[in-house]
Amino acid sequence: MRFGLSEDQKMLGDMLNKYLESNLDLEGVRELTGNDVHHSPAIWNALAEQGALGILVPEEFGGSGLGMLHAEVVSETLGRHIVPASYLGHAVLAPLAIQHAGSEQQKEKLLPEIASGEVIYGIALTDVVMNRENTQLSISGGKVTGDSTFLIGGQAAEKLILATAGTLILVEKSAPGVTVETLTTVDKTRDFAVVRLKDAPCEILGKEGGATDAIETVMNAGRINLAADTLGAAQAMFNQAVEYARVREQFDRPIGSFQSIKHILAELITELEPSRSLIWYAAHAFDEVPEEATAMACHAKAHVSEVAKNITRATTEMHGGMGFTDLLGLHFWFKRIEVNRQLLGGPEITRHHAAVAQGWAPEKITAA
Amino acid sequence: MELEFGPEYDEFRAEVRNFCNTLGKKTQHGSIRLGEYRPTQEMVEWQATLIEHGYAARTIPKEYGGFGAKPDIVKSLIISEEFVRSGTRGGIQNQGISMLVPTLLEVGTEEQKKKYIRATIYGDIVWCQGYSEPGSGSDLASLKTKGVVDGDNFVVNGQKVWTSSAQFSDMCFILVRTEPDAAKHHGISYLLMDMEDPGIEIRPLVTMTGEAFFNEMFLNDVKIPVDSIVGKRGEGWRIANVTLKYERGMIANPGASASGIRGVADMMHEETLSGVRAIDLPVYRDRLLKLQARSLANKYHGLRLLSNDINKESTGVEGLIVKLSATYLSYDIYSLAVDVMGEFGTLYDGSVYQRKKDWMRQYISSFMGIIGGGTAQIQKNVISERGLGLPREPLVKLDKSGWELLRKK
Ligand SMILES: Cc1cc2nc3c(=O)[nH]c(=O)nc-3n(C[C@H](O)[C@H](O)[C@H](O)COP(=O)(O)OP(=O)(O)OC[C@H]3O[C@@H](n4cnc5c(N)ncnc54)[C@H](O)[C@@H]3O)c2cc1C
Repeated sequence: MRFGLSEDQKMLGDMLNKYLESNLDLEGVRELTGNDVHHSPAIWNALAEQGALGILVPEEFGGSGLGMLHAEVVSETLGRHIVPASYLGHAVLAPLAIQHAGSEQQKEKLLPEIASGEVIYGIALTDVVMNRENTQLSISGGKVTGDSTFLIGGQAAEKLILATAGTLILVEKSAPGVTVETLTTVDKTRDFAVVRLKDAPCEILGKEGGATDAIETVMNAGRINLAADTLGAAQAMFNQAVEYARVREQFDRPIGSFQSIKHILAELITELEPSRSLIWYAAHAFDEVPEEATAMACHAKAHVSEVAKNITRATTEMHGGMGFTDLLGLHFWFKRIEVNRQLLGGPEITRHHAAVAQGWAPEKITAA
Repeated sequence: MELEFGPEYDEFRAEVRNFCNTLGKKTQHGSIRLGEYRPTQEMVEWQATLIEHGYAARTIPKEYGGFGAKPDIVKSLIISEEFVRSGTRGGIQNQGISMLVPTLLEVGTEEQKKKYIRATIYGDIVWCQGYSEPGSGSDLASLKTKGVVDGDNFVVNGQKVWTSSAQFSDMCFILVRTEPDAAKHHGISYLLMDMEDPGIEIRPLVTMTGEAFFNEMFLNDVKIPVDSIVGKRGEGWRIANVTLKYERGMIANPGASASGIRGVADMMHEETLSGVRAIDLPVYRDRLLKLQARSLANKYHGLRLLSNDINKESTGVEGLIVKLSATYLSYDIYSLAVDVMGEFGTLYDGSVYQRKKDWMRQYISSFMGIIGGGTAQIQKNVISERGLGLPREPLVKLDKSGWELLRKK
């Protein structure tokens, strides 16, 4: 038995890590996001070259057909380096949506362009997770009208996959009747959008009403990879705090020599390391233990969100006034973690889905 | 327990309520936040109205521009309750009004009181607090900014940091080492510095909220008249602690958590998730109620501390916990708000989906309270050492090589 990443998965992480270490430091992130670039073409090309975009695309369609742990490794590394790139929507959610809901022709046509990264995909699922605006997409005769409120992929996305009760559709951003309005969140490393549609041409992935299971699979992949992105970002904050505790001096000593600081760091890592193991297992279950896939994905996301929140707070505090500045840049990780926490459902919602998956709660949330 | 305040207080409450329902109605929610901007003309006028009615600067003697009421903590409490309940905008809250004025009243000279209190409470003089330095935050007493007497002035050189509002302040209450030969805590003086001095250079520092609340302040041969000192030379540490007491009290204001709870509860009655109101979902409602209980506990705890004050009973550890308790409470209240709002809770651009509130900004801003005015860890040290009588961690002074040795694995 061997619980952990394979050599191959570790190598993928190391390679990407090395690339990002030498090509995207905090100043680089600041420069891109300062110019409102949430999707860096240079990094996109590098991800494509390293095969990261095709991990979840089967070999027959131009990808490498590797598993969820490979994707997890990539997401974690992107979170660690707060990378402005639409990996989640394009390379995790979109290919699984097409793979699980789409027809053979759609797979043949769409999956290769995902693996190569030449056309960028975005996806909006929020309205099927927890609909806040009572939005609905009405689809008839190859046209769609309505709003989709939280597009992952933002303005860079050219092809948009939108979810509505039991159905996934594909629209092109450039088509008539499609408006993509930016939603600016606190996290400057990624952008999101509302998609407004008025008699816009659309293509249903597979059959209308036939995507319920596919949506669940896509959601699970999203949960696992958001958890991984958060894990990487939380680890980065934690490492910075450990380093700061070593070098910052007050009362003529490094602050890390105060037991209170040491114990906070000890508690944080005590929570963080098991979260990593849980995420690995959730990724494994996604591929190999389908009956556990939903509960594990939900738990992984909700749990690491809580653990990481403690890390964001404690590590910010540990830097004193410096922690509250833009100068230090710690807040880039803070904000990324905060947005990941809410994407595809915050912890309460996600735990509800974990309960549903185990038959402990009815699907529909009701007033009580 | 004797909670009846007596009929004159019922009358007083009716009077305050009437004010809130009439004049107060015209004001907007909220008051100026630390370090944001100078009070606007509208706020200055509102401040004058409040002082005239005794709802701001209530106990400050008339001769210094206040309302001149006898200190009556119950009345102050009633005012604060009625203002929160009706959402009436309070008076200007800034470091001058909340921190320096009470300090001057306690330890200032007659001349300083005359010169500064009126102008400060009416919003004409804005103050900043020059305590922290790059190497001296939690260990504030190690500060290095130097003041040397030359004729009628202290000549001051050094650097301050995190100075909120410095970019638009008229004056600064500043800590300066004037007695280099005295022991650490006995070599500091508390001076009142005019921000017009050409030797002051201010560089804004952007915070994680994206705004430039605070600044670096470089002091180059700044001249401060020798009589602009509060207390005596070398007494600055004691005076600074007087100010700090008021600062922590201001940050811990239980009224703030009560309005926070109210705002989140209102939002939860409107916000729906797949057609169900957030307030109808037990997972969120339970969190709200837990927080409401903490907020109520702090409110009545505040009443207990006030009662100790009125009855001249001493206050121990229960007085030291308020800042730690209130600041984490505020953090938790806005965490809940963001969680209930979900993805929309992360928006940061005034979009309609934010439901007219800046939840994320409020959430991030709660760190100002947790870190400013003495960090959470420092509060815990104060609580355990001063409140519980536990011994301090020994202050062994090691040089670099000593620390290197300890670092060896
Ligand atoms: C929004 C904001 C506004 C501010 N406004 C002002 C202002 O107007 N004027 C002003 O003078 N200052 C201001 N400050 C500064 C504030 O008072 C300091 O940031 C604070 O005292 C901490 O000091 P530091 O930043 O140097 O952190 P440090 O003292 O370096 O602390 C770093 C970490 O070490 C911990 N630590 C330090 N000593 C100990 C110990 N003995 N035991 C355990 N843990 C310890 C701290 O808790 C913290 O987690 C402001 C700060 C903020 C965040």
